[in-house]
Amino acid sequence: MSNESKMKTFQERIDNGETIEPKDDMPDRYRQQLIRMMSQHAHSEIVGMLPEGNWITRAPSLRRKMILLSKVQDEAGHGLYLYSATETLGISRQEVIDQLLEGKAKYSSIFNYPTLTWADVAVIGWLVDGAAIINQTMLARSSYGPYSRAMVRICKEESFHKKQGYEMVAKMANGTPEQQDMIQDAVNRWWWPTLMMFGPHDEDSPNSAELIKWGVKSKTNDELRQSFVDRHVEEAHAVGLEIPDPEMEYNEESGHWEFGEIDWDEFWNVVKGNGPMNKERMKARREAHENGKWVREAAEEYARKQKLSKEKAS
Amino acid sequence: MSNNKKSQSEDTQWPLWEVFTQPRDGKPHEHAGSLHAPDAEKALENARDVYTRRKEAVNIWVVPSDQIVASKGEDEGPFFDPADDKPYRHPQFYSVPRATKRRS
Repeated sequence: MSNESKMKTFQERIDNGETIEPKDDMPDRYRQQLIRMMSQHAHSEIVGMLPEGNWITRAPSLRRKMILLSKVQDEAGHGLYLYSATETLGISRQEVIDQLLEGKAKYSSIFNYPTLTWADVAVIGWLVDGAAIINQTMLARSSYGPYSRAMVRICKEESFHKKQGYEMVAKMANGTPEQQDMIQDAVNRWWWPTLMMFGPHDEDSPNSAELIKWGVKSKTNDELRQSFVDRHVEEAHAVGLEIPDPEMEYNEESGHWEFGEIDWDEFWNVVKGNGPMNKERMKARREAHENGKWVREAAEEYARKQKLSKEKAS
Repeated sequence: MSNNKKSQSEDTQWPLWEVFTQPRDGKPHEHAGSLHAPDAEKALENARDVYTRRKEAVNIWVVPSDQIVASKGEDEGPFFDPADDKPYRHPQFYSVPRATKRRS
């Protein structure tokens, strides 16, 4: 088959709503785009453990500590689901991890912001995981089988993350004046970076159109961002919190909340590696990899010895 | 499976294992995903930690990925052809007189 007719057959499969599996024929560009997007997603889950891990030892109660530990463990699990799904595209895990450690691969810009108080842990659960769910519910219908299956699994767990965050937000918003100030301050700092999580405006997003054509995504960045805003403004108001956007206004006609312009200079600055925590995050990630070396070596040595003693016994 | 080629010349990773979980007693094992582990014992433990944090399974299988032999995607049509022309294998193929009224 010629390249052109191959492309046509592939597009027909996508348009029919068929799922693409690892062994199927696919355009090289489709494969490359998925490797880029899925490995970036996997890295985000792993780097995302750092801002919250920062607070495990200082959680205000044993209950909160257990919840946070469990949540951070989930993020590691999500990273692993996604790394194995990425590997089905014919790239090794070693290679995608090397790309991150060498600074060639990106991860979500949201994790380049610091967690200054305990209220940040609450707001991350509510806003950041709330944004992730909106994105991931869409990706659970993605045309690539392993990606969509990993997303179904992740979505189920992610709703726990959002709910524990919102529960905490509500508690603090109804707490002492100090707690109320703390939670409002955290919302003020995280609101705009969370809106940036959905990526640039549709007209500035080079990959969106292609990903939608191939059924990897089914909604644009701006559509996803709007559904996030509509849902979370209501949730903020329900617990008496302000959204730090003077232009925020409900449009009766469209039924949507209209919001002010995002500071795109800040967004690109953080994406390019100049955010408040970019260097620290990468340093922590490299150190974790390096310091975990002995664990990998020990596991390997244990497996070798087990095999040896089994051979002797038989 | 031409797509599963190693993209690196020196692969220092542990072997890849496919994980199958049985959600409940009596149900079939279902593919959950894959992971790397140095041996079967560690693969089972890792599978438990990664794929069953919320009691999703009562049993786990781990299988070395390179031990799985699969039919090829591009052969899908011809490979399953023999099933196409045997409609008589299905009960709907047969027309029989209506049975006497069933007694309750």
